[in-house]
Amino acid sequence: MSDLIEGFLGKSVEGKKSRLPAKLDFVQSATGLFLGLFMWGHMFFVSTILVSNDLMYNVTKMFEGGFFFEERQHWIDAVLIIFVLVVFFTHAGLGMRKFPINFRQWQVYKTHMKMMKHDETSMWYVQAITGFVMFFLGSAHLFIILLHVADIGPYLSGSRIYSLWPFYILLLLAVEFHGGIGLYRLCIKWGWFEGNNAKETRAKLKKVKWVITAFFLTLGILTFVAYFKIGLEQKDNAGERYQPSAMIKVIDNIKVGS
Amino acid sequence: MSRTITIKALKYNPNSSISKPHMVEYKLEETDGMTLFIALTKIREEMDADLSFDFVCRAGICGSCGMMVNGQPVLACRTLTKNFPDGVLELFPMPAFKLIKDLSVDTGNWMNDMSKRVESWIHTEHEVDISKLEAPIEPDVADATFELDRCIECGICVAACGTKLMRPDFVGAVGLNRVARFECDPHDNRTIEDYYELVGDDDGIFGCMSLLACEDNCPKHLPLQSKIAYMRRKLVALR
Repeated sequence: MSDLIEGFLGKSVEGKKSRLPAKLDFVQSATGLFLGLFMWGHMFFVSTILVSNDLMYNVTKMFEGGFFFEERQHWIDAVLIIFVLVVFFTHAGLGMRKFPINFRQWQVYKTHMKMMKHDETSMWYVQAITGFVMFFLGSAHLFIILLHVADIGPYLSGSRIYSLWPFYILLLLAVEFHGGIGLYRLCIKWGWFEGNNAKETRAKLKKVKWVITAFFLTLGILTFVAYFKIGLEQKDNAGERYQPSAMIKVIDNIKVGS
Repeated sequence: MSRTITIKALKYNPNSSISKPHMVEYKLEETDGMTLFIALTKIREEMDADLSFDFVCRAGICGSCGMMVNGQPVLACRTLTKNFPDGVLELFPMPAFKLIKDLSVDTGNWMNDMSKRVESWIHTEHEVDISKLEAPIEPDVADATFELDRCIECGICVAACGTKLMRPDFVGAVGLNRVARFECDPHDNRTIEDYYELVGDDDGIFGCMSLLACEDNCPKHLPLQSKIAYMRRKLVALR
């Protein structure tokens, strides 16, 4: 009954405000932080393809319990993906609360942004748009990976990037802009690294933010090109799994995957 | 060397059924040290007696003459026309406030409502005995309170805030700064729980999207970014 009264009046029977908005604000930031840092790690892992196919394969294997099992344990990837999906949906659901939700809100914000030409105000708009784009592309990517969890590897990932290249270009841009701006905004929002001079720190953080975004965009594009090239070379052998060099034996001039 | 400047202003009277919003252009000779306030006064005296804009002190203290100049919310009395290289100033009234006429908006009633909303007064059980000396306060604490008390309620932080424009019930940086001001004042006996009841929702501190236009445009350079972050940390830490 007290829930009913609180829902009806907007305050508890003791006349107090719900603590949920505080928790939601915190969870939005915490999930954003996790996803932002996760994407940094993700980019480093996928970019191992720039070193060699074997390294990328071994990193994939490592995430599938390679240190403990001889065979790749795809379920570990699946669990990780489901966890990321849950965090992603939570973050998206909470972030959605901030979107312009009717024409007037959108109109007034756009006019304001155009008039003010203020960095953080414009960056928020970019964040809202890229967030909206990721609702679809991010979810689709995670589902694709979840449904083809056994296909992570240089050849099959390459084929995927090759066949879905517009999708992945858009996703890369959305992730890097949204994540970079989001992590910067988190620092401002909670006063992290503020020190004695908040203005100076903010200027530094903004510079760092752009450097990081430029770095990850460059790394992302190079990685994309590497996978695309593999996909292009493999297009006539679609579906072929990668065999790491260390596992290839040459017997009487016949190459056999062990 | 003197030059001719152009001032374009929105003219509109929402209380008139025949008034249509339109831009009016005025050209005038720039003088040494001319502020926008001086230019507007000259326009009103010599060109258009019907042009409405707010002012009181002419010295950046009363916070009355806030308006949008080339898209930026500023105080007209502290805006030098010489800082506009092309000599063109496009004026709009501050958004978010009720438009009275042309460049004049009602910040007073808004600020009054905000003050009541955040209970902007000292809450204490202590009876003041004027025959006795006041209890001393650490200078640092007093400075921190006075620092936030410098707010002149000009409304620039409100007009600069994209969140506020989208969500009219948002309390704005001026309201959050006011809460922070009383929170650090040892005369006020309110607890963090009490402040949560005032601004602990999506129209209060949790509605702030950290766009920072408040901080960047505040003519008094108040530490709004730090204080909003501080209050957010305090209110989120409540169990």
